[in-house]
Amino acid sequence: MTELNTPELNRRGFLKAGAAVSSAVAISSLLPFGGAWAGGSEGLEKTALKLGIIPLTDCAVIVVAKEKGFFKKHGLDVEVSKEASWANIRDKVSLGELDGAHMLAGMPLAATLGVGATQKDTITAFSMDLNGNGITVSNELYERMMAADPEAMKKRPTSAVALKKVIEEDKKAGKEPMTFAMVFPVSTHNYEIRYWMASAGIDPDKDVRLIVIPPPQMVANLQARNIVGYCVGEPWNQRAVEMGIGRSLITNYEIWNNNPEKVFGVNKEWADKHPNTHKALIRAMIEAAQWMDKLENRREVVKIISQKSYVNAPESVVENSMTGTWRYTKTEEVQLPDFNVFYRYAATFPWQSHAVWFLTQMVRWGQIEAPINFKKVAETVYRSDIYRDAAKDLGIAVPSIEMKPEGVNAARWMLEKASAPIQMGPDMFFDGMKFDPAKPIDYLKGFPVHAMKLDLAALAKANA
Amino acid sequence: MLKVLVVDESSERADEICLSLVRAGYLVSAVLPNAMDLPRHVAAMSPDVILIDTESPSRDTLEHLSAINRANPRPVLLFSRERDAQIIRSALRAGVAAYVAETVAPERLGAVVEVALAQFEEHQNLRQERDEAARRLSERVTIERAKGLLMKARGLDEDAAYHALRRLAMERGRKLVEIAQGVVDGASLLM
Repeated sequence: MTELNTPELNRRGFLKAGAAVSSAVAISSLLPFGGAWAGGSEGLEKTALKLGIIPLTDCAVIVVAKEKGFFKKHGLDVEVSKEASWANIRDKVSLGELDGAHMLAGMPLAATLGVGATQKDTITAFSMDLNGNGITVSNELYERMMAADPEAMKKRPTSAVALKKVIEEDKKAGKEPMTFAMVFPVSTHNYEIRYWMASAGIDPDKDVRLIVIPPPQMVANLQARNIVGYCVGEPWNQRAVEMGIGRSLITNYEIWNNNPEKVFGVNKEWADKHPNTHKALIRAMIEAAQWMDKLENRREVVKIISQKSYVNAPESVVENSMTGTWRYTKTEEVQLPDFNVFYRYAATFPWQSHAVWFLTQMVRWGQIEAPINFKKVAETVYRSDIYRDAAKDLGIAVPSIEMKPEGVNAARWMLEKASAPIQMGPDMFFDGMKFDPAKPIDYLKGFPVHAMKLDLAALAKANA
Repeated sequence: MLKVLVVDESSERADEICLSLVRAGYLVSAVLPNAMDLPRHVAAMSPDVILIDTESPSRDTLEHLSAINRANPRPVLLFSRERDAQIIRSALRAGVAAYVAETVAPERLGAVVEVALAQFEEHQNLRQERDEAARRLSERVTIERAKGLLMKARGLDEDAAYHALRRLAMERGRKLVEIAQGVVDGASLLM
């Protein structure tokens, strides 16, 4: 529906009010956020929108933008639709059943490349958060790891060295490989648990069985001993710890400091048809993220997203990670203030270097089978240009570059290449590796454990 | 003969779908999903087509199965040909997603999905009818209670109480049941 200057919401509000007012200017004065489009040239192409979420704490920015009125302020009437699976999110966005959605950071790349799905050009111009996941194992496996290598288990962050030893023991005894779970083939969780295992020499395709389980079913399956461990977002690590059935070994913050997690994805056709609506959505979510990153607001965030209609989990469990406390066990607790980052450290900016990193992992694990040009795919899918265009009216500092190296800053640092300097967070990998987004092929050569189906020489040629 | 696996949380609906697929000449098996069991079922049956409720969280498990094994059916959503795209779109709206082995020609898929689609829609219509009947019943109960309260509080007879409610609804431009609910809620505060 195209309604320049008279968003549907406002027109409906006007009709309901029944007042004899006929001009848009007069209508705007009746509404609490009448100034939203009074800015002028910006006609919203569509104002009644349906956005998909998966019930996880990191859908928060969409939920808060709705519940705290940020969408409304920008003239948008958003319905939040709770979806049952990532596959459903992807398909509904592809087919236009949803206007946009909470997506795993790798999903717009996978959809655009047709990895594991019917190809559909999909983009993101907004990053929803950093960090937020953890790896948890059963008490039984934890005990075996402790027995196999007590020294390795004392070190933090916890490596998979002891797990490797347990696997070797099992192999000698002729046992079947153990089963671990994650949430989706192109999920950050899949790449994180594989990265963590492979850094200790475990081949995640041969030495263990890695399956997909929906996040809300993780804890029950761990308890039923169907699986021995998993990588999942919150609250499903802290839930297992609280119930006393598992131990959290490592968070993804420790695997890669301030790694990108979820993005807001839309199909490209939709973005081309609704540029102003898309930018209004991004502005509303930037403001929501700013609000959420203020520590004093976090408890309210917890209250909002714990509700039955959203995450549907006890507030006490959601609160842990959301307010920066992580419990590895019931007694071992650490402060991880950056476990959930929504705004600071340029968290909302869609870094094309992050896209390149995900692409390297898709190549590493054999999901991408034909040569691609990393830079070209990254700039097609991760649309920092749209983000900048949307953010310019908010007067916030925005990066002026598209790529940054990872694994180089152990402490906070200042990004000078920005409209105004931005404080950034650490970006180390737990194994000390460095990632130069300009040299993805060299980066790939640095992984002894992989399942590549692609000839690196052919890949180099595509990137020459 | 195409082998079809139906994955559905509702055993009643799974039965209906299987029956119509069998009548249409397919070899069918159904599972009620626990994500853990799916890999085993898929391996045992090696289906050509998997039909699953779009609202099932087990879809992500199926996605992974098709990603790790080429022999497993893969998700099919957007076809290049317009007619099929339309079928799949209506299927998604009705709540069915399809996973299809690469060896199955799209023409053959269309028929399977159409059968499932019809069954899903019929099931949905039945459910809607049930919901609608339940809603009407609860509306009638509310209106009866409001009438009773008015009769008691203002000494009206049944007809007069009903007309009082209806007049207010018309004046306010609201539904009769909304006004009745208001009376019931108000009474619970006052009495």
